[in-house]
Amino acid sequence: MTDTHQPSPLIAMRGVCFNYPGGPPILNDLDFELFRGERVGLVAPNGSGKTTLFHILMGLLKPCAGEVRIFGRPVHREQDFIEVRQRIGMLFQDADDQLFSPTVLEDVAFGPLNLGKSREEAATIARRTLARLGLEGFENRVTFRLSGGEKRLVSLATVLAMEPEVLLLDEPTTGLDDKTRHTLTHLIVAFDLTYVLISHNVPFLAATTDKTYSMEGGRILLDETVHFHEHVHAHRHGQVPHQHE
Amino acid sequence: MLAEPFAHGQSFVHGLDPRVRIATSTVFSCLVAVANSFTVLVIACMISLGLVLLARLDLAAVGRRVSVVFGFLILLWLILPLTYEGEPVGQWGPLVWHRPGVALAARISLKSFAILAAFTALLATMAVSTMGHALDRMGLPSKLIHLLLMCYRYIFVIEQEYRRLNAAMRIRAFRPRTNLHTYRSYAYLVGMLFVRAAARAERVHQAMRCRGFQGRFHTMAQFPRQAGNRLFLVATTSAMLGLAWLEWLQ
Repeated sequence: MTDTHQPSPLIAMRGVCFNYPGGPPILNDLDFELFRGERVGLVAPNGSGKTTLFHILMGLLKPCAGEVRIFGRPVHREQDFIEVRQRIGMLFQDADDQLFSPTVLEDVAFGPLNLGKSREEAATIARRTLARLGLEGFENRVTFRLSGGEKRLVSLATVLAMEPEVLLLDEPTTGLDDKTRHTLTHLIVAFDLTYVLISHNVPFLAATTDKTYSMEGGRILLDETVHFHEHVHAHRHGQVPHQHE
Repeated sequence: MLAEPFAHGQSFVHGLDPRVRIATSTVFSCLVAVANSFTVLVIACMISLGLVLLARLDLAAVGRRVSVVFGFLILLWLILPLTYEGEPVGQWGPLVWHRPGVALAARISLKSFAILAAFTALLATMAVSTMGHALDRMGLPSKLIHLLLMCYRYIFVIEQEYRRLNAAMRIRAFRPRTNLHTYRSYAYLVGMLFVRAAARAERVHQAMRCRGFQGRFHTMAQFPRQAGNRLFLVATTSAMLGLAWLEWLQ
């Protein structure tokens, strides 16, 4: 039931707290809302709870307090999250965690098969998704023999094959060279999806997101005060006149 | 890295249904393991050799692989003839070689070669993932198959982690010696590998749940029907029945 005048958020978190047993609070009275079409960047120091936030949204961790509503419905139990996981895709930090099947095609087809697609349908979806990411011919490649960049793109394919409405991307550019990062930037922008993206890479965030939130003291700073600015940097052949993208 | 040097090929054996190959090699190895007659064992060795030739494998590579058991066999040849009681066949000072011991060592050698060569020809000619899927289709418990496939997938990741940790130790001037410091450091290394493997398993499981995994695996593998399967099955079954007849009814 969406009100066209005042769209309801896809994701709404209110007063969410989280800490590991005996540990300090990682999330502390956190509020967060995500609306359809938003492209949000999340930039914050290590250990400030960004990944924890994603894991709570996917139902991998349980908040100690607070309310999480996804697609307008409160989610508490594992059963609630089974539907959530069909509609929200998450890209893990380490592609080796995501790719567990022997071959690329099987890994990409894993999600669709879990959604109840037949073997043929799953294979078709997998091939289509791989083609969309420029990964034609990767079907029978062995996952552990892929390069770091290829692993990242194939992981992305495994998530996209489930045709999610929302993407949660956890540091997608870590460990990628410039070329693969460019490919990834273009792909993500072309998705036309709602997503939240964790990254420390400012140019990448600037190219892929509309607004950037920061996190501090276990909360999200919602005032969008994070601004990108230029500063002096150094690299080889720096004195030759050049431009950065 | 775990190479699969025989897994890819164009031979008749490579084209066979993996399930047929698994079933045949299992029954064959059981038969050879319990057989006693030398006639049967020699014929079994020839069948195995025939299978290796049929799979068109590089014989030198097969030899290297089979030679892994040679060290073990040499040990048996050294010990068994000397320790078994029975008719002596040779003597050198206080050492006496006995016929039953020699016969037993010979049997074990023939059995090892026959089984190993058959496994190389029939099982090593498929990728581990193919074997996992074939076992799944043969109705083995899916937990066992996941264990096999996951081991196969993550053994490399764990090996890389081991290499990284090992390198981190070495660049800080660690040199293994026979002292407590070395033992303790290696214990830490192994302990850390276990911890990391467990953490990795947790994350992999999380990633799988995020993609809708609810405990049931679906496999993509399909095995095309081929006329050769039936031919192979008939040939091997009759060969094995023949061997059983020679062993127990003759």
